[in-house]
Amino acid sequence: MIKHLRSAADLDAATATLILDTAGEMAALSGREVKKLPALRGRTVVNLFYEDSTRTRISFEAAAKRLSADVINFSAKGSSVSKGESLKDTALTLQAMGADAVVIRHSASGAPHRLANWVDGSVVNAGDGTHEHPTQALLDAYTMRSRLGRLDGLKVAIVGDVLHSRVARSNVLLLTTLGAQVTLVGPPTLIPLDVAAALAEKTQVSYDLDAVLPDSDVVMMLRVQTERMQDSYFPSAREYSRRYGLDVARMKKLPEHAIVMHPGPMNRGMEIAPEVADSPRSTIVEQVANGVSVRMAVLYLLLGGK
Amino acid sequence: MAQPRADTPSKIILAESDLHRVVDRIAHQILEKTSGATGTVLLGIPTRGVPLAHRLAARIHAFEGVEVPVGSLDITLYRDDLRLKATRALGRTELPPGGIDGLRVILVDDVLFSGRSVRAALDALNDVGRPSSVQLAVLVDRGHRQLPIRADYVGKNIPTALSESVKVTLTETDGADEVKLLGGLS
Repeated sequence: MIKHLRSAADLDAATATLILDTAGEMAALSGREVKKLPALRGRTVVNLFYEDSTRTRISFEAAAKRLSADVINFSAKGSSVSKGESLKDTALTLQAMGADAVVIRHSASGAPHRLANWVDGSVVNAGDGTHEHPTQALLDAYTMRSRLGRLDGLKVAIVGDVLHSRVARSNVLLLTTLGAQVTLVGPPTLIPLDVAAALAEKTQVSYDLDAVLPDSDVVMMLRVQTERMQDSYFPSAREYSRRYGLDVARMKKLPEHAIVMHPGPMNRGMEIAPEVADSPRSTIVEQVANGVSVRMAVLYLLLGGK
Repeated sequence: MAQPRADTPSKIILAESDLHRVVDRIAHQILEKTSGATGTVLLGIPTRGVPLAHRLAARIHAFEGVEVPVGSLDITLYRDDLRLKATRALGRTELPPGGIDGLRVILVDDVLFSGRSVRAALDALNDVGRPSSVQLAVLVDRGHRQLPIRADYVGKNIPTALSESVKVTLTETDGADEVKLLGGLS
């Protein structure tokens, strides 16, 4: 088993499948009355969050607690970070406290890779800048597999703000490892040629959402990350939503079995219409529930053994 | 347990027909000791305890027409040597629809050795319900207990040396029914 989960590229097909299978067993266990499992008793998991997060932090916390690990939550606000402490000094503090795993979210791409050099424990990337968010990709893959029964050969359209999306990057890496065919869809400003080229090996790029939908098993809508946008990437929110938003009319173009995903938080009315987000095709709430099972599997497999 | 080398001497302890007779006998003993296996649930410990539990239930049904619910209880997350070895994949825990509360649970495993798996199973059981009593059925008891645990139903007692290992294969999991003793002197 690998030691760190910094990138979806850390996972080969066998390891990724093991995580998804383990998550399946974890999901079955979370249906019972006593949800606590003793597997990580006495281990310490630190949630190191330099960036705001609701579902990922809560999800990791729930996962670690269900496995009986001790959880320390650290958020940059209200800590010595606001006094100017560096990531390295914070890491050394955690190291001195004996963290067995550090779950890190940071606005700087590559922060988990740096952190892994400074601490002895496992490092789990919970989202670094515009780079990667591997556990999100794992829970997305898990959701696809449990809804559609397979990943191999599945046609997945990832739509929207690919440029700023760590979710898209991790999903491209993981899904192609597992045999799915990924098409990136969005305005050319948000899928620039260099990004397309970097991801292009096994993926396709399209700028026309309507053409891609009829042949997709999964359509994953990405949040338009206005907080990361320094330039104007499209003329207006209205135009973006007209061309790349998933509304009811567009949803009807999907095949009967296709599912609609969104990593959250959603901009309802922007990239996804409320009627679509709340439709039976939507797996958005399911994704959150699966997140806990998948993160339990990751923590168990990273920390459970020798 | 170290995997024995291919050239390790091996001895067949139970051939296919012996193994079937042993399962039949345990089924009879369960019927006898539980007065007809009412209020009883069989829980197999993965991997090989699960098919054994199903076989026992099928034999009990064949002998007396009683339907005994069967489930499986994975103990991986409850093992005391979890962090001493490489991470293990999880097995499946599946309780019968009626649950186990207030029922007599018979744990089923292939080999009883140190007793640590059974201790883990008792802990796991504690988290999934409250049975009225717990019994243990094993195909082979090879001795060398490290905990105060004994089986209620034993298919065969095999005196072994610590250097030897007992290998149970079942049609469902390995393609053949057989119990072998590996290692030591042939």
